[in-house]
Amino acid sequence: VKSALRDGLGRARSLLVLGGGSDIGIATAQRLVAAGTERVILAARAPDRLATVEAELRRQGATHVRRVEFDATGIEHHQELLARLFEEEGEVDVAVVAFGLLGPPGPRPAHRGAVEALTVNLVGAVSVLLPLVDQLTAQGHGDVVVLSSVASVRPRPANLVYGSSKAGLDAFCLGLADSLAGTGVNLVLVRPGRVATKMTAHLRPTPFTAAPEAVAAAIERGLRDGARIVWVPPAVRLVAFALEWLPRSVLRRLR
Amino acid sequence: MVLADRPSDVAAGVPMLLQGWGRLRPTAAMVSRPERPADVAELLMSAGRRGTLARGLGRSYGDEAQNAGGRVLDMTRLRRVLEFDRGKGLIHVEAGLDLASLLRYVVPEGWFLPVSPGTRFVTIGGAIANDVHGKNHHVDGGFARHVRSISLLTPAYGIQRVGPDRQPEIFWATAGGLGLTGIILDATLQLLPIQTSWMHVGTEQAWDLDDLLERLANRAAAHRYAVAWIDCLAHGRRLGRGIVDSAEHATPDDLRGPAGTALTFRPRTYLTVPFTSPVCMAQTPTCRAFNAGRLLLSWARPQLTLTQAARFFFPLDAIGGWNRLYGRQGFIQYQLAVPSSATGVLEAIVETIATQRRATALAVVKRLGEGGPMLSFPIPGWTLSIDLPAAQPGLGRLLDEFDAMVAAAGGRVYLGKDARVRRAAFEAMYPELPEWLELRQQLDPAQVLRSDMARRLGLVG
Repeated sequence: VKSALRDGLGRARSLLVLGGGSDIGIATAQRLVAAGTERVILAARAPDRLATVEAELRRQGATHVRRVEFDATGIEHHQELLARLFEEEGEVDVAVVAFGLLGPPGPRPAHRGAVEALTVNLVGAVSVLLPLVDQLTAQGHGDVVVLSSVASVRPRPANLVYGSSKAGLDAFCLGLADSLAGTGVNLVLVRPGRVATKMTAHLRPTPFTAAPEAVAAAIERGLRDGARIVWVPPAVRLVAFALEWLPRSVLRRLR
Repeated sequence: MVLADRPSDVAAGVPMLLQGWGRLRPTAAMVSRPERPADVAELLMSAGRRGTLARGLGRSYGDEAQNAGGRVLDMTRLRRVLEFDRGKGLIHVEAGLDLASLLRYVVPEGWFLPVSPGTRFVTIGGAIANDVHGKNHHVDGGFARHVRSISLLTPAYGIQRVGPDRQPEIFWATAGGLGLTGIILDATLQLLPIQTSWMHVGTEQAWDLDDLLERLANRAAAHRYAVAWIDCLAHGRRLGRGIVDSAEHATPDDLRGPAGTALTFRPRTYLTVPFTSPVCMAQTPTCRAFNAGRLLLSWARPQLTLTQAARFFFPLDAIGGWNRLYGRQGFIQYQLAVPSSATGVLEAIVETIATQRRATALAVVKRLGEGGPMLSFPIPGWTLSIDLPAAQPGLGRLLDEFDAMVAAAGGRVYLGKDARVRRAAFEAMYPELPEWLELRQQLDPAQVLRSDMARRLGLVG
């Protein structure tokens, strides 16, 4: 039986992770499978490398795990890929958009890297979100989880590329979420602070650094509560507030 | 069956968010409100790939009456009384008629519902599709036992007249069949004769769970109606304390009032909850005090009282929208049935709920008699229902554990209340599921009839 439906307590039966190789994507899949999710689709750039992840998910109780190749920059294939996945896999209760690049740092980033990060983080995400939302509204229910960032609140010179790409995505998602009222589909926008992942491994540590598992736990809670915005850890909400109100003269000096 | 002369939205439906009485997460569907049986047939046959489902007043608690992304037929316009034999108490009504309207119509003539669920705001179709039970199941069985025949619209055979003596297997697959074997268009029901609309109610107090179950069993053995109410906020030595009510329909001799009011049914809704409270209001210290007060009051009051039938059968209907009191995130009503010998399961569940301070104000225990076949919920023994706010952390896991205990004891959970049972547990609880699935396959081979619950439990592909 392919069909599935999130139950009354918000427990998803089937999960699609776009960016299924990302640390947050994997942690979220593991968290939801531990809570009872039975079917998982991992869409990743290198699905071959996820054999151990698949084995782990099966060990935790997933009855069906599928790995598919997915390239966030392959924009012309996105619509077709999602249509095919929904057709072949039946219903999707929760879809997580978890891919992203940090991009080059600093106020004068390398041109190529900057464009690539914006293409993945913003254009690629919008390109999957549009057909994804079409599929979910057609089935009349579902959740979309989008990984934004605290950095989206106010990009600084130090993270110009990453912050602005997430700012664009964040703004898009806020509007998209409002458009979903009355459709049975909910969009959960996740704004983590620094998360200790492959993407940030080379950076020097900062306060409020969260583990991918903590982000996954927050996502699970957000899904249960039907949240609109999830801050991880919750304290970064205060950081965001401070960033928003800091005078420019101070902000531009922040590293 | 041409719909062209009517506004197009009647045929296409209006997009709406639908949720159950538990106010859990809604899903979206296109809702149509057919006015004639012919409209229903037309709408059923023109369903898209996400299918069609009939819905009544939306009193099932979970996802039974929702069909995400598909079509939902709001049946409440089909509410005519087609025929009423006042001598025999046989009434033929359309499926969208609600029990409150039915009672207003038949009580003055000296008839009553043979089975009254906890609310009068359900439709006849919904009552059959859930084979609802009342406080008299140990004597009279479920609702479907009193149905003589129904008109059932199925995708395979069109409209058929079925009943306990006409194609009984189709009838019994439909009783408790969650609306997935066909759409019930109308039904003929055998009513219960009454002499007055009053109830003669006996009340006694129980100070722990063993005491309560024993008193309930004794009361049920001697009376048509029996129900026990557990104060779920009490724990420790007082665990399972509560009140046991038993009742009979009062005779004119019992009445002291004027004879003119002997047969009336004019229930009132005293108060309507105006908005959904952000948090659950049913677990507060105020509630604890209220429960204790209620228990003491019942102790001080006379042991035998006369009560209007509406108040005895439908106490919660006096507060409109009481489900809003459970907070923004809604609630689960966990209702289980176990065989008479499995009192240990009841005890374990009540104790866990009470010591973890999870339950809301009250839980209800009733006796059950012989039930219907297939997916009909009741089995001989006990039934317990507890309201639990959905926002509680860890609730899903806890209820999964309860399911395992209930299934191991040969019991089951009530699908009319369910929003979360796991497929494997459900299959263990309803051993006649394969037969039911086979019948459903016959009646609806293309799986036109679909619901969120059907998808969740794997009843449709």
